[in-house]
Amino acid sequence: MSANLSATLYLISGVLFILALRGLSSPETSRQGNFFGIIGMIIAVVVTFLSVGNFTTGFIYVLIFLVIGGSIGAFIAYKIPMTAMPELVAGFHSLVGLAAVFVAISAFINPEVFNLGTPGNIKLASLIEMSIGAAVGAITFSGSVIAFLKLQGIMSGAPITFKGQHILNALILIIIIILTFYLCATQSSNLFWILIAVSFIIGFLIIIPIGGADMPVVISMLNSYSGWAAAGIGFTLENTALIITGALVGSSGAILSYIMCKGMNRSFFNVILGGFGATEQSNSRQNKEQRPVKSGNADDAAFLMKNASSVIIVPGYGMAVAQAQHALREMVDKLKKNDIKVSYAIHPVAGRMPGHMNVLLAEANVPYDEVFELEEINNDFANADVAFVIGANDVTNPVAKTDPQSPIFGMPVLDVEKCKSVLFVKRSLSPGYAGIDNDLFYKENTLMLFADAKKMTEDITKNL
Amino acid sequence: MEIDPFIFRLSIFILTIFVGYYVVWSVTPSLHTPLMSVTNAISSVIIVGAIIAALSGNDGDIFSTSSIYGFLAIILAAVNIFGGFLVTQRMLAMYKKKKKDK
Repeated sequence: MSANLSATLYLISGVLFILALRGLSSPETSRQGNFFGIIGMIIAVVVTFLSVGNFTTGFIYVLIFLVIGGSIGAFIAYKIPMTAMPELVAGFHSLVGLAAVFVAISAFINPEVFNLGTPGNIKLASLIEMSIGAAVGAITFSGSVIAFLKLQGIMSGAPITFKGQHILNALILIIIIILTFYLCATQSSNLFWILIAVSFIIGFLIIIPIGGADMPVVISMLNSYSGWAAAGIGFTLENTALIITGALVGSSGAILSYIMCKGMNRSFFNVILGGFGATEQSNSRQNKEQRPVKSGNADDAAFLMKNASSVIIVPGYGMAVAQAQHALREMVDKLKKNDIKVSYAIHPVAGRMPGHMNVLLAEANVPYDEVFELEEINNDFANADVAFVIGANDVTNPVAKTDPQSPIFGMPVLDVEKCKSVLFVKRSLSPGYAGIDNDLFYKENTLMLFADAKKMTEDITKNL
Repeated sequence: MEIDPFIFRLSIFILTIFVGYYVVWSVTPSLHTPLMSVTNAISSVIIVGAIIAALSGNDGDIFSTSSIYGFLAIILAAVNIFGGFLVTQRMLAMYKKKKKDK
């Protein structure tokens, strides 16, 4: 296949990838978008086979490995529960990162195949691109592995911080730049290996100080990194499909991180430097006198809801942990039978990844036009009778609007307290991730329901 | 003076960042999780590099050092491609509108 033809086809597959993302602008067009993405991928793979034109034994092996990887992927995709989506995405990011590292290594060892020169004498531009691809890929890999372990609960979600952490990280970043510089000057393979090793370490160090609830930012950021790594390799291989995809994924992840940071009213650097609440926590926990709370049972909650005409549900990460989405939908079905208007309010950073709550509700067959974003629904709380908070905490805390001393001051929150009554399902009065007390617990119109989210929801349904 | 082809690739890169910027802002927030899984799937197009690397060995020596890395990268990318697209498909199939018959 001529180089011009294959380059044109790569361009087409890049355009199809753009259409794949474009499709996600609404749920109706999204499935078609995904289909475009698949076509784009098939074109890219087939064109690569044809342009290499080597259909010997090696080709058979490529197919075998393709099938092995593909079956593993398909198996995971069908088996994975929706609540484990954040882990899955983090895990997948790590694979892209590692694949980028492997391709870069291969290109470094055997540059002739990629038309990059000969070993020890690789074109300067290619060497720089290769180093960037390898370094970013390695950071994506080790960072995603840590994110995965934290999300999976294998590693504690608490931030791990130590003295001199930022200085160490800065130092390593400088070392990476110096290494790349010397690598280009000397073409030494030892330096290339060291560069990759150091990048693995920095990826690990960057993610350990970031706590569990900041994971939406981390996942988006790693998503972005995996894109830049792909783009770096794309420049090395002079491949348009890879460059387009890399740029798309890179900017997509960056925008998501921005949206997530905005949802927490924190700057990107503030999140990345980690250790949220580590300093503020202590002073807000002390001098806390016992304040009275009203607590109730499923019966009370059912009574309140039965007499309401509109209910707004505020789900959070706790709903995912308790796997309460199906029980919740059943409760809502019963409410709807009694002609009660029900809608769902989703905070941008609810859950552990962007859109986490929406997927869970969709899984439980909640129609997506009953689910609203913060800006769309926030004014409705004042007119609603009951707000049912299930598994959310910090995102409902009115302190963010009233107390400039609070670490979450300025964060956009759901105006839950404006409802006539608030039902708050929670296991205890313990503070949320930010380590601060939620004023909502002590409001006159709040009824605390101390129980597991799923069990409580089921009990309420029985009492309706 | 002739323009280095690198500049053309750089142009594509920069312009696609802008395309990505506008396209991603138009994605509805409720589909942000599928957005992540589909970007994940498409970034596995890195498999083209893996295939070239894997096929670099000649017949006598299919598993040279550089092609082994290619084969490893093929497995990783293939997990991602199939896993990413299928899980996106599975998620998107769940997004349903309210039924009219009520």
